[in-house]
Amino acid sequence: MTKKDIGLLLLILVVGAAVALKNPLFLSAINLGNTANLIGLFGIVAIGQAIVIITGGIELSVGSVIALLGVFFVDFLVNHHMPWPAAVLLMMAFGALIGLLHGLMITKLGLQPFIVTLCGLLIYRGVARFYTADAAAGFGFGLSFPWLEQLTIGRIGGVPVSFIAMLIIAALMWVVLHRSVFGRYLQAVGKNEEAARYSGIPTQKVIVAAYVICGVLTSISAIFFAMYTKSISPSSHGNFYELYAIAASVLGGFSLRGGEGSIVGVVLGAVLLQVLQNLVNLLGIPSSLNFAVTGSVILIGVLADTQFNAYRERRRRTAQ
Amino acid sequence: MADPFLVLTDICKTYPGVQALDHVALEARPGEIIGLIGENGAGKSTLMKILGGVVQPTSGHIVLDGQDHANLSVQQSMEAGIAFVHQELNLFDNLDVAGNVFIGREPLMGGPLRLVDRKKMATLVQPYLDMLGAEFGPGTMVEELPIAARQILEIAKALSQNARLLILDEPTSSLTMAETDRLLGVIRQLKARGVCVIFVTHRLNELTVCADRIVALRDGKPAGRLAQDEISPPAMIRLMIGRDLKALYTPPSISLGAPVLELRGVTTAEWPTEKVDMTLHAGEIVGLAGLIGAGRTELARTVFGIDRALAGEVLVQGVALPPGSPQLAIAAGVFLVPEDRKKSGLLLDLSIAENIALVDMKGHASGGLVQAGRIHDTALRMKGEMDIRAHDVDVLGGTLSGGNQQKVVLAKWLSLAPKVLICDEPTRGIDVGAKQDIYAMLRRLADSGIAILMISSDMEEVIGVSDRVAVMHEGRINGILGRDDLSEQSVMQLAVSREHKEQAA
Repeated sequence: MTKKDIGLLLLILVVGAAVALKNPLFLSAINLGNTANLIGLFGIVAIGQAIVIITGGIELSVGSVIALLGVFFVDFLVNHHMPWPAAVLLMMAFGALIGLLHGLMITKLGLQPFIVTLCGLLIYRGVARFYTADAAAGFGFGLSFPWLEQLTIGRIGGVPVSFIAMLIIAALMWVVLHRSVFGRYLQAVGKNEEAARYSGIPTQKVIVAAYVICGVLTSISAIFFAMYTKSISPSSHGNFYELYAIAASVLGGFSLRGGEGSIVGVVLGAVLLQVLQNLVNLLGIPSSLNFAVTGSVILIGVLADTQFNAYRERRRRTAQ
Repeated sequence: MADPFLVLTDICKTYPGVQALDHVALEARPGEIIGLIGENGAGKSTLMKILGGVVQPTSGHIVLDGQDHANLSVQQSMEAGIAFVHQELNLFDNLDVAGNVFIGREPLMGGPLRLVDRKKMATLVQPYLDMLGAEFGPGTMVEELPIAARQILEIAKALSQNARLLILDEPTSSLTMAETDRLLGVIRQLKARGVCVIFVTHRLNELTVCADRIVALRDGKPAGRLAQDEISPPAMIRLMIGRDLKALYTPPSISLGAPVLELRGVTTAEWPTEKVDMTLHAGEIVGLAGLIGAGRTELARTVFGIDRALAGEVLVQGVALPPGSPQLAIAAGVFLVPEDRKKSGLLLDLSIAENIALVDMKGHASGGLVQAGRIHDTALRMKGEMDIRAHDVDVLGGTLSGGNQQKVVLAKWLSLAPKVLICDEPTRGIDVGAKQDIYAMLRRLADSGIAILMISSDMEEVIGVSDRVAVMHEGRINGILGRDDLSEQSVMQLAVSREHKEQAA
């Protein structure tokens, strides 16, 4: 754990303790379970986003992809009677394909990630709405997928499966980013793509791979979200989720310039965001202030971080 | 001789554990050219920063126009007419020439909108450009200007601020010979106008032809001075390093081996109508000389696979190299030490160890997982072999001196097994001592059977280090000179003329 991660953990504990003191419901099994589920759902998207951000890129389309793949998933299961394991694999393939397309446009055609994925945000949302003619896609009465439900919205010993899935993915991605050769390449490309290229790193492949990973993780979370909400209205499902993912990454110490950040950080970032949501609900703050509270805390967190760094830098200089 | 308008005496600057400057003195008179020399870390930059008001001396006196100051502020320094032309140019690519000269003090049209008076700006800038013999106008965009022209622009900017003392920090390190001559002409003109110029450079020949006197620093202490008639490169080197340098050229100790790298009709995107043929043998150092823009860097990038060749083939030990892939070039044993160390050579935010291991991550991993211990071992071994001066291999690349950074870049490649090493300006901006280390290293590598192609714009280096010199002109090899034919004249002639002269070597 880096110093930043520890700072973030302390912040979470302080906020959590404050909420718990005000409203003991915070520590109730039901509330903790629900919060853990949401942390799992958003954590998976955020980890994908973080892998892209470390290359110095950004993926703005994840919210729309969650809507599009959610609609597809439900439709394939309910209307086309596709076996659910096949549907899951198909969605992951779709996610990988979307990431591949984005990555290729960014590397081979030299387009800016912001623009490519912004267009993706608009396109996938539009396609999702058109696909269902703007109607909600949902599971009808009498339909049930016990296995699938157990694997997405079930609990194991009271712990939501989505949370466990997120932990497994986080552990896997921790090894990838912090211990593997590919992780070194990701960081080198994010720090200085040109020097990485001169060092013989296949920089384009690394960048494409980052978008593919993000696409796959987004598709997994899309399935979890679809099963969680049960009914997907394509115009609002997943709205702003890309911003939650980016916010979690930034809170977790990822620099938008690339090359920096830790998986522990982004997971803690996702935790903090959900604890804040919880705070708004439990402390009786009007839910219209939801975004304002989240925005303010992120701003204060980032501000405190840069101010603290500047302070340390000044002290280091005067000590010299 | 005129009286000095600026006198520094007994200047000391202490950082914890380091005496950066130790009783250094300097005085500046109108119309004199002072050569300031010293190895990197000798205290030149600290002294210059004190003049610029950025660093405050620990003790000492600064007498400016008869007034005694304990230190200068940036404001005072600017008002006194002290101006800098930094090695890394501080220009705005996206503005035109006039916009750069007047950045931060643009003439305004008047009125509440504070619109910039572009016409007035252009008229004000033109006289300075004329004086410096600039071939560009006030409306030229800076991104279109070559480095030499940018330097002229920096000087114009300084003059427009009524500079009395102009400090040039290695202005010629990226200039060709002809451009350097032009710049030296400009400096003489400034002298005639009564401007004092402090000229910091590692290219000692330039000081021989233009400096009025030399001030040398070594380890923060005054190392001696030379009057105009005493100035010569050996004398300057003796002051800087406290010993004589032995003659540069060391002949190879092994006989010429088999051809390792062959270029057959290689055409780069930069010069689509030209073809390059060249053969490098094991154990030789071939210099690649030419003017800037002759296509040398592009050729190196193409051979290494950063750029894709338009035509032709590159053979390594007789096997054709697939074009456009640095990974495959590296796998074949062809390595490039790029021109821009900080941008392409190494990652400044990574440690020495991580930089060295980056080219061979797979060799430092098992089962796809990086083994930190193995990286550390390789780095320690290379640090010793290359004499990289840092207290640990965990030190960040960005904190090292230029010479040590270059050693890290070399160490990256030498930790693998090179067959061909292409060095693009290997000693640019590196001090004399470290330069010698790098030359010795190149010779050692050649003697171990590696073929080395050394791109260099430094004539002393080209002639002093190479076994053969290929000279490029506008995208093609204009001639190849063997050691017997090597002279500044013969290289220059091939570099500037279209005439094709092949001399067997």
